[in-house]
Amino acid sequence: MSLLYSDVEEELRAAVRSLLADACPPSAVLGRVESAEPYDLGLWKSLARDIGVAGLLIPEEHGGAGATPREAAVVMEELGRAVAPVPFLSSAVLATRALLDAGASAPLERLASGETTACLVVPFAASPYADVPVVSHDGGALTGTVRGVVGAEVADLLVVPVDEGLAVVEASAAEIVPAVSLDQTRPIATVTFNDAAYEVVGGFSPDVLRAGAGLLASEQLGIAEWCLTTTVAYVKERRQFARQIGSFQAIKHRLADLWLEVVGARAAARNAVSLEPQAVAVAAAYCGPVAVHAAEEALQLHGGIGMTWEHPVHLYLKRAKADEIALGTPGDHRAALASIADLPA
Amino acid sequence: MDLVERCREFRATHDPSDRLGWLRARFDAGLAWVHYPEGLGGLGLSRGMQAVVEAEMSGTPDNDPGRIGIGLGMAAPTILAFGTDEQKRRFLRPLWTGEEVWCQLFSEPGAGSDLATLGTRAVRDGDEWVVDGQKVWTSGAHHARWGILVTRTDPDVPKHQGMTYFVADMHAPGVEVRPLRQITGEAEFNEVFLTGVRLPDDLRLGAVGDGWRVAQTTLMNERVAIGAGPARRSMASIVADAWREHPELRSPAMHQRLLKLWVDAEVMRLTAVRLREQLAAGHPGPEGSGMKLLFARLHQELSGFEVEFRRELGYDDWTLRRPETVDFVGREAGYRYLRAKGNSIEGGTSEILRNIIAERVLGLPSEPRVDKDVPWKDLPR
Repeated sequence: MSLLYSDVEEELRAAVRSLLADACPPSAVLGRVESAEPYDLGLWKSLARDIGVAGLLIPEEHGGAGATPREAAVVMEELGRAVAPVPFLSSAVLATRALLDAGASAPLERLASGETTACLVVPFAASPYADVPVVSHDGGALTGTVRGVVGAEVADLLVVPVDEGLAVVEASAAEIVPAVSLDQTRPIATVTFNDAAYEVVGGFSPDVLRAGAGLLASEQLGIAEWCLTTTVAYVKERRQFARQIGSFQAIKHRLADLWLEVVGARAAARNAVSLEPQAVAVAAAYCGPVAVHAAEEALQLHGGIGMTWEHPVHLYLKRAKADEIALGTPGDHRAALASIADLPA
Repeated sequence: MDLVERCREFRATHDPSDRLGWLRARFDAGLAWVHYPEGLGGLGLSRGMQAVVEAEMSGTPDNDPGRIGIGLGMAAPTILAFGTDEQKRRFLRPLWTGEEVWCQLFSEPGAGSDLATLGTRAVRDGDEWVVDGQKVWTSGAHHARWGILVTRTDPDVPKHQGMTYFVADMHAPGVEVRPLRQITGEAEFNEVFLTGVRLPDDLRLGAVGDGWRVAQTTLMNERVAIGAGPARRSMASIVADAWREHPELRSPAMHQRLLKLWVDAEVMRLTAVRLREQLAAGHPGPEGSGMKLLFARLHQELSGFEVEFRRELGYDDWTLRRPETVDFVGREAGYRYLRAKGNSIEGGTSEILRNIIAERVLGLPSEPRVDKDVPWKDLPR
């Protein structure tokens, strides 16, 4: 398996990047985060229909593009670079993988076109290495509450791990309450079922969360790249002591080290598209902290302006910090390597 | 004939029991370094194809790349880039076969990170140059037949302009090699005193005054060679094996550190794999300049971890030895820890490498230079 990008992947990247440059500049994301619609459904429709990202991981026989995690990872990179507030990870990766693993073809056909959006009803902070909280059912209806769910408020279809496997519930049958979120570009919500009708479509395994963590590494790479590129541009422009601050070694060395981290994150994230346990654990343990460090360095090296609401660096810091917790913390992934790589405690 | 066939035919028609004969014939067949030109040990193929040859030639006599690393990694690419046809014909074959060992005469007591301030003088005398000065940190000078030497030939121009690059004859009168003992107890490197050493002009590499540009070629190759160096076993696997073999020494705190280091090592390995893929595809990325930095940091952290994990208060051997190669595997943890300290100094300190990444990869401005337009002889010392 190559760790480079193929021509097809570069074309996909160019298409996504160009759309995001027009429709999702940082100023637009900033304007949206405190609005009534933090998720950008107009942008999502364009991505889903015009570029076909909604059905990227869905096989052609179900109406999707039949692509692999390699291509999905490139989309994740670009969405991370733009902190785009769209439900790609929640619908086209997590819910889609869960439905694929369960062998549920009917809902997949609805998702492939992008007409319908789904979300996987698990806490975004759930670890792939622990039991996933499941919703209980009583007399043919679901009852329970799941907190910290991403993409729920824009989902038409809820994909819910239950005692017997994986269930599908129409979103209108649940109560979905947005929460005040650290990452305002991917807000969380509380999903409550009160005797909600459901249909079991197959089995559920936490491997879905591992696949999500493997692709999240590419989003973290995209975040880190934006932070590095933006900061390098800023320190070339900003002058103090009659010189560009980027000419001071105190700053150059920090950015050189950050560049090395990004280079490593790219190799690790590319490797993780295999979704193999070791590759995912390594990438998730490495890329999460790299994205956070990149955003923290970006903030610090922008000085006071980095601390303002007006500058978009905080959107990246908040996304990076939330991503670090999502789908297993770096510590969870390192702990998993103890058995995966035969390094027992 | 394709490369695999060419290798197999070579193996079928040559006798590996004659080691030197085998290596000379392999060079003459173009199977030494396939990315070199035909007639100079190569076939003019891409660098990535060398892996095919190495796979086909495994188990046959090799040229002991650890012993002749400076020749392979630094002298050869420089001679290839700047040498005359005569110099290429004379030097490359015995360099590759290991018949002639090379050393590097660059650093001086007063010129380390600021190499361009070096002061070893070379003065023209008819068809010869007379060299006087002192070089330092010269690994393997005591085995070397030849050295790559940078000298000051014009002190009246700014420091980067007045240098000239030579091949030094290490057997010439006036060359004195003295061992320099390291913190490990052994002496890999030397001080080299050059007193009235006469070098014929046909040992000059590149134009008079163009030595800095020639030296840059050597240094870029050195960093690639150190960062991508052939390791029989990685430091990470040494440490992981020690961990597996000694459950009685484990602790939760050490376990956390081990897992973090293991992830860092795995990411460095993947970075190197990706870099090799880029090279093989003909798109060398700037990532190469970072590998040595990563390698140095990781080696130091892993080797320090290993000593602590083993709770090892002993040391294997402080005897002043003169090793021919650097071998992390053949020695014990304390040696690895001490020797790894050199990784962030040799071949460009980590601080200088960060400057290079910042300026050449990220395009950040250089620090203001007070010595740029000053003639070398007028620099403050």
